[in-house]
Amino acid sequence: MVFIVLAFVGSSADPYFISLMTIVLLFTFLGQSWNLMLGIGGQLSIGHALFVGLGAYSVGVLYVKYGISPWIGLFLGMIIAGSVGAALAWLSFRFEVRGIYFALLTIAAAEFARIMFSGWEFVGAMQGLFFPAPTGAIEFSMLRGGARFYYFVALALAALGIIGTELISRSYLGYVWRAMRDDEPAARALGVRTFRHKILVISVSAAAAAAGGGVLGLVQGSIFPDSIMGMGLSVDVLIGPVVGGLGTTFGPLIGSLAAIPLNHLMSAIGDNLRIPGLNNIAYGIVLILVVWFLPDGIWPAIVRLCKAIQAPSRLWLPHLRKAEE
Amino acid sequence: MLSLWLNVLASGILLGLVYGLVALGLTIIFGVMRVVNFAHGEMVVFGVYIGYWAVRLWDAPIIVAAAIAAVVMFLFGYLLEALIVKRFVNRPHHYQFIVFIGLSLLFSGVLLVGFGPDPRPSASILSFRTVSLGFVTLDLARLQAAITAGVLIALLGVYLRFSSLGRALRAAADNRLGGLVVGLNIPRVYAVTFGIGAACAGVAGALISPLFDAQPYLAVDFTLLAFVTVIVGGLGSFSGALLGGLVIGVAEAIAALMFTPSMKTALPYALLIIILIFRPRGFFGAKEI
Repeated sequence: MVFIVLAFVGSSADPYFISLMTIVLLFTFLGQSWNLMLGIGGQLSIGHALFVGLGAYSVGVLYVKYGISPWIGLFLGMIIAGSVGAALAWLSFRFEVRGIYFALLTIAAAEFARIMFSGWEFVGAMQGLFFPAPTGAIEFSMLRGGARFYYFVALALAALGIIGTELISRSYLGYVWRAMRDDEPAARALGVRTFRHKILVISVSAAAAAAGGGVLGLVQGSIFPDSIMGMGLSVDVLIGPVVGGLGTTFGPLIGSLAAIPLNHLMSAIGDNLRIPGLNNIAYGIVLILVVWFLPDGIWPAIVRLCKAIQAPSRLWLPHLRKAEE
Repeated sequence: MLSLWLNVLASGILLGLVYGLVALGLTIIFGVMRVVNFAHGEMVVFGVYIGYWAVRLWDAPIIVAAAIAAVVMFLFGYLLEALIVKRFVNRPHHYQFIVFIGLSLLFSGVLLVGFGPDPRPSASILSFRTVSLGFVTLDLARLQAAITAGVLIALLGVYLRFSSLGRALRAAADNRLGGLVVGLNIPRVYAVTFGIGAACAGVAGALISPLFDAQPYLAVDFTLLAFVTVIVGGLGSFSGALLGGLVIGVAEAIAALMFTPSMKTALPYALLIIILIFRPRGFFGAKEI
């Protein structure tokens, strides 16, 4: 139902809103890939920009340099990012390096890759890669089209991400991964090969992030190492799911819907008042407040509220609710 | 040629001591509270601005600037912990990460509003004076920063080892519940710990203010540098932070000589990945985290 509403929105609204929503939906998908890794697999990555960037560069290099269809670029990017993710995971978990060490390793890998790409002339170095300007005509085989076309691409991707996560979390893999997240030694004692499964979940998440990155590159029309592989992008990817609700299916969507327009609004206000940094202050405060007051994120809070409205008596009799819990 | 290498090595070691002080702040906070301070770089930059002010406004020596930075940043860290951070100490790492990202955005925003985005050079006369030790020539600003950092690291080490507060800190790091049982005031210990961590960052920032132009955007680099240093040495280890700082300082100095400037910054990360491959917990890493 959500998707029908969003599809309807896409066919009517004005261009600025469309482009903003495209970004929201793309980050819903990227957030979902990150959510799969931490929310279900229990592995914290703070360097997701690495995978996003690999996807974007695969699409960019093949398209800009050789005119090869982005579909192939997306496919290749997913394979590359999946393998890099698997390699990182293997390196890390071989000696039981996990938790915050693994997270810091992902940052280091992402920063290393960013600096390498900044100095690599073949992929445009600091000058970046530019896709040819869109003509507005829709070419499905080359994944080219106007802003509205990309809105629907992003919508399809977000829907795919949400449905995919839901399917995975209901499947055998979902149960195994959640068991691994909650109590790794216990899962291992039950015969789960956690080492393999951790590598698998990271590589699936990395491949998904690369697909999102490829489309993000196309939508933005240009790829720069600092913006597509930088620390800032890794942060943008994880803000959606954390604000929306970690491990939930709709969390990344709700979180992106809340956080990205807010960030744009704050930037606009800061620019209007000609005070650089004002948006950072406001955005920082909002982030702290969200984590402070809604520890599980917005989506679980909405779910709680809906339940409370459906059964008003519980809302007004807190001791009953307590007893139930 | 040999003297060039020696000079580079020496300046790397000098800067490495200051990096060690930055990393020490991060490692103390992590060791005691199990919190990774992702806003550490901003605290270093606060220190750089304090140094810049002290030199510009009062023409104060860097040592005085460092002392001011120590007091100001200790209070800042103490209050920050007591007001915000303590609520997130026992939460999972990714929530802490978001909180600190929020804080770092907030701080960098404050710096941008306060000082604007342009770099402010605070090079004093000191930066251009050099000392010759026969085979190596060192610039005085670097030497002074390194000596101050070295003395501070040593003092902090002695203090943490022998004072009652140091014992309390180590007890809280070892066993939080046990500390509470024997009557340690854990909230105060945590606030003091965070204060000390922030003070380390601030002092290091003030010390390097003659070498780096004060600029809000420096913060991210310092945060990442501190992480890399700390992981190289082993998260939560005192001597590891010092060693990590020296390794990174020297590696950067050598890289500056061998590679193009843009590639130079990649070296610490490459080093980190290599170390994680061969020695996953760093040189002095704790067994469990």
